Amino acid sequence: MATTDIIIHDQKDNVGVVVIEKITANQDCNCWIMENDGSVTIKSKNEIPLGHKIAMIDFKEGDTILKYGHDIGKVVKPIKKGEHVHVHNVKTKKW
Amino acid sequence: MEIPKSFLGYKRENGRVGTRNHVVILPVDDISNACAEAVANNIKGTFAIPHAYGRLQFGADLELFFDTMIGTGKNPNVAACIVIGIEPKWTKRIVDAVAKTRKPVEGFSIEGSGDIRTIMKASQKAQEFSQWSSEKQREECPLSDLWISVKCGESDTTSGMAANPAVGNLMDKLEPLGVHLCFGETSELTGAEKVCATRGATPEASEKFIKTWSDYNDFILKEATNDLSESQPTAGNIAGGLTTIEEKAFGNFQKIGSRKFIDVLTPAEEPKKGPGLYFMDTSSAAGECLTLQAAAGFNIHLFPTGQGNIIGNAIEPVVKLTGNPSTAINMREHIDLDVSKILKREMNMDQAGDELIMTTIRAASGRLTCAEVLGHKEFVMTKLFRSA
Repeated sequence: MATTDIIIHDQKDNVGVVVIEKITANQDCNCWIMENDGSVTIKSKNEIPLGHKIAMIDFKEGDTILKYGHDIGKVVKPIKKGEHVHVHNVKTKKW
Repeated sequence: MEIPKSFLGYKRENGRVGTRNHVVILPVDDISNACAEAVANNIKGTFAIPHAYGRLQFGADLELFFDTMIGTGKNPNVAACIVIGIEPKWTKRIVDAVAKTRKPVEGFSIEGSGDIRTIMKASQKAQEFSQWSSEKQREECPLSDLWISVKCGESDTTSGMAANPAVGNLMDKLEPLGVHLCFGETSELTGAEKVCATRGATPEASEKFIKTWSDYNDFILKEATNDLSESQPTAGNIAGGLTTIEEKAFGNFQKIGSRKFIDVLTPAEEPKKGPGLYFMDTSSAAGECLTLQAAAGFNIHLFPTGQGNIIGNAIEPVVKLTGNPSTAINMREHIDLDVSKILKREMNMDQAGDELIMTTIRAASGRLTCAEVLGHKEFVMTKLFRSA
């Protein structure tokens, strides 16, 4: 079994979580989808540390981030597939 | 894995079972801390639980104070209890309520006697309690005597991937065996509140949850100067990769597995609907949440952490687990169970749940947890509003 670099909780999710110390820019990463035991690959655009999220698709402003199959916030700055997803480009919908 | 059927616990007079055999010296109020600590210092095998409140509280805030103090004394992890307060009336109210469990309890008030004479009298009684309790033996008890509370802290994305779902897996396996279970953290379910509401076992339980969460949210909207972005998620959460309160909430929510909650408890309220999962209205501050859960009678606590929260509790042993490989190494003295192998797919959730069950049973049967060995005895009163 190849090393898992990224875990995706749910098939519907459009972000994954880095589970190695960090991934570097332009790394070909193996992703494991927990829900259905599936696998996909993605090329990273940034360095992303352990526990942080990577975009699995392109996002435009106003799009919804899905994790655990649920809405966890809105995109406030366009994000390209493979980029780091965090507080600089995603905000809560609560406030 | 075949789940063990029993653990070794202390059978109490009222039928409950303790995982610990504490003799506590309980100060009623802030100014009685010195006296309580002096007694605990005199008499080995006892300890004091100092705190900052108990004076000029009123209304619902005073009632919660009494529920917390009385529940702490009644908890089956407490074998016997000395209560020391400045005035006789509030001291007696706590003593009388704890005495209903039929465990040894005695109250002392300082007014009119002074610290030194009170310390002498209370020390004599504490010596009697300490030697009496030291003869208690652990006996084989069914797992249904476990009352397990859960709360996570310093969460990061590994909490939602590994440590929290491992707790959920344990709940899925232990609930059918008749265990009492409790989760709380009203504020940190924000973002997942609608999904959480669907997990009520009855329409009444769901409605109670929605009302509890809405009351909390109304309070936040009223008191907050801007929003909770500064404190939710915390700086530690954000460093760990959590971006929004919603993401934190869905991670948090993994702790209950696929269980449904049968009732919603007010802070420190004892469950009355039998075995099963309960939601308790609590703060998400670990010290406050655990103190309320212990006061409700829970006798062992599971605490998943990501970035490494180090919390313990005065009377509930706290079992800590992490899915973060860095925390498991860099803060190893705080971690009772490392489930970070889930991230490498070298451990699956079923195995993690089994390991957690074994770790929990060992701790319940007497193995000291990391928090206990390191001297963590946090006891934090939940204040509803300022005192008079």
